[in-house]
Amino acid sequence: MSAVIETTGLGKAYRRGLTGRHWALRDCTLAIPAGRIVGLVGPNGAGKTTLLNLAVGLLTPTSGSIEVLGRRPCGHGGGQGRVGFVAQDTPMYARLSVADHLRLGGWLNAGWDAALAERRIGELGLDPGQRAGSLSGGERAQVALTMAIARHPELMILDEPVASLDPLARREFLGSLMEAVAEHGASVVLSSHLVADLERVCDYLIVLVASRVRVAGDVGELLAAHRRLSGPRRDPGTLPAGQHVVGASHTDKQSTLFVRCDEPILDPSWTVRPVTLEDLVLAYMSQTRSRGAAAPGRGARLGVVS
Amino acid sequence: MIRLSLRQLRGQAAAAAAALAVVAVVLGAAAPHLFHLYDASGVATCRAHDDCVPLATSLVNAIPGYYGIAYFCGIGIAFALPAAIGAFWGAPLVSREYETGTYKLAWTQGVSRGRWLAVKLSVVGLAAMATSGLFSLLLTWWSGPIDTATGLKEGTSVTFIRLGFVLFATRDITPVAYAAFGFALGVAAGLLIRRTVPAMAVTLVVFVAVQIGWAVAIRPHLIPPAHTVVALSEADLGNLGIAGGVEIVNPPAAALQPGEWILSTQTVDQAGHVLDVATVSQCRGSNTQACQAALVPLRLRDVIAYQPANRFWAFQWYEAAIFLALAVALAGWSAWWLSRHRVT
Repeated sequence: MSAVIETTGLGKAYRRGLTGRHWALRDCTLAIPAGRIVGLVGPNGAGKTTLLNLAVGLLTPTSGSIEVLGRRPCGHGGGQGRVGFVAQDTPMYARLSVADHLRLGGWLNAGWDAALAERRIGELGLDPGQRAGSLSGGERAQVALTMAIARHPELMILDEPVASLDPLARREFLGSLMEAVAEHGASVVLSSHLVADLERVCDYLIVLVASRVRVAGDVGELLAAHRRLSGPRRDPGTLPAGQHVVGASHTDKQSTLFVRCDEPILDPSWTVRPVTLEDLVLAYMSQTRSRGAAAPGRGARLGVVS
Repeated sequence: MIRLSLRQLRGQAAAAAAALAVVAVVLGAAAPHLFHLYDASGVATCRAHDDCVPLATSLVNAIPGYYGIAYFCGIGIAFALPAAIGAFWGAPLVSREYETGTYKLAWTQGVSRGRWLAVKLSVVGLAAMATSGLFSLLLTWWSGPIDTATGLKEGTSVTFIRLGFVLFATRDITPVAYAAFGFALGVAAGLLIRRTVPAMAVTLVVFVAVQIGWAVAIRPHLIPPAHTVVALSEADLGNLGIAGGVEIVNPPAAALQPGEWILSTQTVDQAGHVLDVATVSQCRGSNTQACQAALVPLRLRDVIAYQPANRFWAFQWYEAAIFLALAVALAGWSAWWLSRHRVT
């Protein structure tokens, strides 16, 4: 499996005061596969934006290394020719029009597909003469997506592209993204703290909590490999080998376990239910929250990168 | 990238062009009358007849007061323009990208940050210099008759000679270099501070400090001053003054040419020792004659360090070259800094 983004021990620290440091991302090692629509999900502050900004060269690593499409992002020669980026909150020049932004894309990028960009804006029903400052959040996101697509990127990176959109705009945006990917076939990395958004579009999931990959894998495989078990109260430690407890909750008489298992659950005392993507993400996120950073290795072990 | 810079400059450039057009119309409307007054006054040929002082004085008196207002407004604008260019064109250039988040858009396209800034610096910097240059050209042309007359008339202060700090900094080519420097300073401040308003404030403070510090401490020594020794007659000894915190005998007016920039005047005795007239006991009281009588045997002379008026253009070129070099250095540093530090 070739990787579009590969990091090793990647860390980014910000200076805090004169001597202090605040690590926004620390010791992050991951590989994001090519040819997939990858959802990068995690709570606020997990380091998603930092990771993506490192990937597009807006930040430089404090430690470790990152390679995007096989090379360090934004070498001194510069440019992000093969990477299309849609930044968080899709910033635009408020006083420039939509058409100006498309021209800007043409001026700053070799291989800009002006016809594609204009066609997309037309299809969206946007007025090219309208100033970007008066666009709605959804329209702005669509223009930003258009600018990214018209570069014919090998990789598209979208940082929380729908976080500030209303549900309808969110659905339309993700629909556009899917169409564009189907048409042009770029790899996509999309971050979000909302699982529901990712469920609709992603076929690969990475859960990032406190800079660590908690779980990563094909969405279908992840869903197939996880089960929710409920039954009489019992110690999670007594489960057979091959069943890893991701999360557990207990009442006086009953236990509910969230397990990863590669084989069918045979124990008849359990009621076995399939899980949704949201269950899965929440289970991995709260696992970390309850155990804290003291045992990061456990989550990493459970989250076998496929 | 050049086209993007031009597109983003469009609003500012239009405002600058409109302002220049207003200045051109105002000054142009007043020019025929002003130049007529000048031609009619005979000041242009006064040196041949050695009657410059009365002719220039009567010309200054004949110029209507509202021309004087325009003249001083022009000086004020010429002082403010490079600082304003630094604050309003330079400081926001990068800091506004940070404030609005658009750096994420601009610096993730197919052009490197270093090149992005280099082109923006060149395009907007050249526009700043062109604006400043056109204004200076207009102002220097229109103010020429008044500059000449005030420089020749009786009792002109050192401030209003062409080498004085007011006219020197607001005429000919130095304003262009100041504009380039102010702009580059603003860009560097915006790059480091990343917030527009504080960057504008820092730009203004630093620019004004540099201007004042330069005029006071550095400009007088750009070229080593010339010296002249003036013998003092008995009549001259009654005219005392203060120079450099020391009481001196003022040199006779005839010893000075108009437009000379006097840096220092020292009164020395026949042995060549600097004399503070205040130390002569007869000169402490109000008895001028006793003082004069006491000074006569000392055979005093004045040693004057000055910059001759004909060094005006040498000073202009030196100073313009230095400020342009400072601007280029600041701009180069900014482009280097931005391409080195991947910043958010």
